[in-house]
Amino acid sequence: MDSANPTSPKPPRPRSGGPRDSRKHTPKVNKKGLYQRAVKDAFVKLNPRQMLKNPVMFLVWVGTIITALMTIDPNLFGPTQGNNPRVFNGLITLILFFTVVFANFAEAVAEGRGKAQADALRSTKSDITARKLLPDGSTAEVSSTTLHRGDLVKVVAGDIIPADGEVMAGVASVDESAITGESAPVLKETGSDVASSVTSGTRIISDELTIRITSDPGKGFIDRMIALVEGAERAKTPNEIALTVLLAVLTLVFLFVVATLPTIANYVGSPISVAVLIALLVALIPTTIGGLLSAIGIAGMDRVAQFNVIATSGRAVEACGDINTLVLDKTGTITLGNRLAEEFIPVNSHSMQDMANVALMASVFDETPEGKSIVRLAEKLDARVNFDKSQAEGIEFSAKTRMSGTNLPDGNEVRKGAVDAIKGFVRSRNGRSTSELDAAYERVSRLGGTPLAVALNDDIYGVIYLKDIVKPGIRDRFDQLRRMGVRTIMLTGDNRITASVIAQEAGVDDFIAEATPEDKIEVIHREQAQGKLVAMTGDGTNDAPALAQANVGVAMNTGTQAAKEAANMVDLDSDPTKLIDIVAIGKQLLITRGALTTFSIANDIAKYFAIIPVIFVSARLESLNVMNLTSTSSAVLSALIYNALIIPALIPLALTGVKFRPLTANQLLQRNILIYGLGGVVAPFIAIKVIDIAITAVRLA
Amino acid sequence: MWQGFLQIGLTLLILVAITPFLGRYITRVFLQQKTLLDPIIKPVERVIYGLGGVRAKEEMTDWQYVQAVLYSNLVMGIFVFLIFMFQGILPLNPTNLSAPSWDLALHTAISFTTNTNQQHYSGETTFSYASQMLALGFLMFTSAATGLAVGIAFIRGLTGRPLGNFYVDLTVSITRILLPISIVGAVLLLIAGVPETLNGPVSAITLEGATQYIARGPVAHFEIIKQLGENGGGFFGINSAHPFENPNAFTNLIEIIAMVCIPAALIYTYGVFANNTKQALLLFWMVFIIFVILVGISAVGEYQGNPLVNSILGAEEPNLEGKEVRFGWAETALWAVLTTGTMCGAVNGMHDSLMPTGEFSTLFNLFLQIIWGGQGTGTAYLFIYLILTVFLTGLMVGRTPEFLGRKIEKREIVLASVILLVHPIFVLIPSAITLAFPNTLAGITNPGFHGISQVVYEYASASANNGSGFEGLQDATPWWNLTTSISLLAGRYIPIIALLLLADSMAHKQPVPETAGTLRTDSLLFTSITAGVILILGVLTFFPVLALGPIAEAFKIASGQ
Repeated sequence: MDSANPTSPKPPRPRSGGPRDSRKHTPKVNKKGLYQRAVKDAFVKLNPRQMLKNPVMFLVWVGTIITALMTIDPNLFGPTQGNNPRVFNGLITLILFFTVVFANFAEAVAEGRGKAQADALRSTKSDITARKLLPDGSTAEVSSTTLHRGDLVKVVAGDIIPADGEVMAGVASVDESAITGESAPVLKETGSDVASSVTSGTRIISDELTIRITSDPGKGFIDRMIALVEGAERAKTPNEIALTVLLAVLTLVFLFVVATLPTIANYVGSPISVAVLIALLVALIPTTIGGLLSAIGIAGMDRVAQFNVIATSGRAVEACGDINTLVLDKTGTITLGNRLAEEFIPVNSHSMQDMANVALMASVFDETPEGKSIVRLAEKLDARVNFDKSQAEGIEFSAKTRMSGTNLPDGNEVRKGAVDAIKGFVRSRNGRSTSELDAAYERVSRLGGTPLAVALNDDIYGVIYLKDIVKPGIRDRFDQLRRMGVRTIMLTGDNRITASVIAQEAGVDDFIAEATPEDKIEVIHREQAQGKLVAMTGDGTNDAPALAQANVGVAMNTGTQAAKEAANMVDLDSDPTKLIDIVAIGKQLLITRGALTTFSIANDIAKYFAIIPVIFVSARLESLNVMNLTSTSSAVLSALIYNALIIPALIPLALTGVKFRPLTANQLLQRNILIYGLGGVVAPFIAIKVIDIAITAVRLA
Repeated sequence: MWQGFLQIGLTLLILVAITPFLGRYITRVFLQQKTLLDPIIKPVERVIYGLGGVRAKEEMTDWQYVQAVLYSNLVMGIFVFLIFMFQGILPLNPTNLSAPSWDLALHTAISFTTNTNQQHYSGETTFSYASQMLALGFLMFTSAATGLAVGIAFIRGLTGRPLGNFYVDLTVSITRILLPISIVGAVLLLIAGVPETLNGPVSAITLEGATQYIARGPVAHFEIIKQLGENGGGFFGINSAHPFENPNAFTNLIEIIAMVCIPAALIYTYGVFANNTKQALLLFWMVFIIFVILVGISAVGEYQGNPLVNSILGAEEPNLEGKEVRFGWAETALWAVLTTGTMCGAVNGMHDSLMPTGEFSTLFNLFLQIIWGGQGTGTAYLFIYLILTVFLTGLMVGRTPEFLGRKIEKREIVLASVILLVHPIFVLIPSAITLAFPNTLAGITNPGFHGISQVVYEYASASANNGSGFEGLQDATPWWNLTTSISLLAGRYIPIIALLLLADSMAHKQPVPETAGTLRTDSLLFTSITAGVILILGVLTFFPVLALGPIAEAFKIASGQ
């Protein structure tokens, strides 16, 4: 079908970066001092009460304290042999301490980035004075923090809007750059779905508005955003909880293994010191993933936020990874928002000139981009308005009539709209439709355009071809989604033929033509009944039930308050295509978590081979010492140093995430198991050997 | 040498050939489809259900199933304990044996109720025919059927079905699987020379003129269910090494096949239940390959013999210490690995005399519990490992982990973790305590690294519900009887409860349809990863004791001391 639309643009898109980088324009985050603050926090987090939240690292912390005591008194748990146990115990203590600090640092860095973002947001939200409208019509100056849901306030040009609300009266332009980063002011007016909601912290730059407050103090949109990016309300996601349980169990298993070792080793005359036992335990328990787990979660939320999307919970971000079906609106998501008049097709032996005139008459009051483009096209064809505009009456488009038009001063009526609707209009005036009209209707539909019929009283003049332009590159993205196992369903109000043409051109898997808002929720129900997880975007109040029903609902920031409350994410840029990127972020978060878990557990093999052969002296397991490590103490220290250093080494990966590729599950598994599974087995063998050589060279052990 | 490996190869070939048939038959039984035996068995079952008051159509919830398992097993255990304690006054006691000590009776009752059959006694001198047949023989059927029922309930839950009715599963396991195969098997054993009599021992005058009493009894029927039900408790003290239990190579073959056929077939049964025989076959071959490797290293170890002995002999001889010459090194090694792998626990040679590679393989089997695994439970454990693998590596495809379309969440991980934890706790902790008091508690007969293997083996055998002994250990003491009883009970019932709850919670999940983004668990790649995870989780937990036991012993022997 591509040939049917030769203009369908498919410019080569640069692979690297993709569409994401172009959109990063959240309020500028101050990264200065981030690391100093993180270092400080890493030590503050040593507070045992905080450490308890992470069972793996808590155990390391307890081990550190025991080895510290053994540094002071090496014979604390009975006499020990070996020369200089104090130095050896001291070194173990130091390494364990740094293991804990590194893990805390990872979390602190991730939190710090969120905090910096929160600070930037908080700067928009200061305690301001609001003019509260009292029941008697007078205004009183109150602090914005005292405003409650249902209060009415008045804002005039120059004011900062004190709380989230809905416009009750007035028309004004508002600068929302503080939260969206978009510098062009937005028109806010009452009644309209999308333009009636205002956000606290934005500035009104012209005229005045009466606003009804929709949020209680501290519960506003910005407050929620701050709490989320700061991590204050960060609840562990279900998957994170399950993983924490498994890590705790593995830790417990190794605790039993190590705790039962002394009597068994004593029996064969190879007593092991408590410090070495603790070293073995720490080497075996999954400290790498234990230390980085929370950082991965926080960084995932942060990535979503950097993307200018506010998620209400980490659970929502994770759910994105599991999405099976995307329900997408055609207009604005798959096609460029504005359809433009491309061609007039006169019928019933009317001339092109007549057709252009009538089209112009029908559209003079139409302020929509479509209407304006019809005016432009008509004027290009030398059509002129030949009546007094002030005497004429504009007829607004409504979903019920599905047409708009003008009542001329001379009593003539011109209408344009859906072909069916116009046919009905003409029929009611004893006119008739012709097969010529149907041919034109079909021709336009087959081109993927929207046909609008134009009529003057009982006479149909022709069809306007409104051309829909599929967004460049959207087909590629749908291909990627399909490879990831995500199905796309397009919803459109267009007729079936148009819808199928666009669907084919864009490469969606399914489409629903002549869709109503009820169809949206219907589709979601249908998919969910099959066990699928569904994501969708929406902005209108009538989208709210569907947004709430979807597993991931992304509301546009321009949308109504109802839509935003029903959704579990809000896109500040109001760009519906972003849903596709959010899916990728959700997957990336899960992949990173899985990759580091696999890596961490695979590491244990090398650590075992480093430590076990050298600590049982009487068992003479030298041939198992495949790395040929120098001595017992150098082997234990090398394994521990590796164990500590791998945490900061992996912080960048935890924060930026494993690079996501749109591949099938099996390809992804194969790739990642090779890197993180096999790599996790091999890497520590090399690293521990290198550390051992270094330690031996400096005669540390 | 080649004759030995040929024997092993042919035996495995028979196993591969019968697995799909038996697997399909078991599926038909538990899906209540028509089978050949229906006309004979249906009326019998109706009588059983009538007498037992079982409402056969009633599905049980997870806790109902758990309660049914626990109560029925408790009642059976008490019943058997009482028979032991009163065997002196009960009939069928030609040698006038009196009641054993209470702790031995308790340990034996628990050991047989839990399908373990760990024996701290010699059957011919401890238990009367009544105790052997009515108590032990009875439990051999019911404990195996309990395991089978739980395994099937687990597979049902995993594949989204209701768990079923425990009493029905227990009954059909016996009437349609264990009993028919046992009857055929017992007749074959009888033909091959295994005795079946209620007469007392035969007395004979030896060439030196001394009187010798030769124990005999109702062996043939006891022997076949001992093997088939992964029970392993011998009629005689030396188990299948005894010429009346296992007289020749033919009986040895029958007993080996009986031992492994049901656990192997259950993997295939899962495949039919899940409508995914591809995955079942992949898992079958995964277990098969690990199994063959373990048999291989054990057999080679036995074939090469003990270098210390060989240096005295001045010849390269296989290690035949503790072996029956009629079986030789190959069939003993195969049996040793199989009996520890399948949780049967019968022996046809003394494991205490295996070379360190054989010790390693047998211990390794007891630790993993899935190289075929116990009756029903082994297959279930296999899927626990699969679920853990999905959870650990499945995240790497960018979705929250799911198995058979069902999401694995906290509850499933907690329950799988319980199973993961039971074994280390009830093997390592009592071993450590026992080894802390080697002179008073342990009863080790061969100190040093081998002593560690003796102790750890005994607890691993108990906790894994295997029941084979390393022997050489003086274990008929209250300490051993009571502590292994704890491991027996914990190793049996905690995992069973966890398995049933896990199965039920999986059954109640809404399955997610499969897409290109779903991690396929029936691929060669995923099966290989599962093998890796099984080895890592299993080996990591027990590597220190393996290192101090068989591995250290191997190095010691190799160094020539």
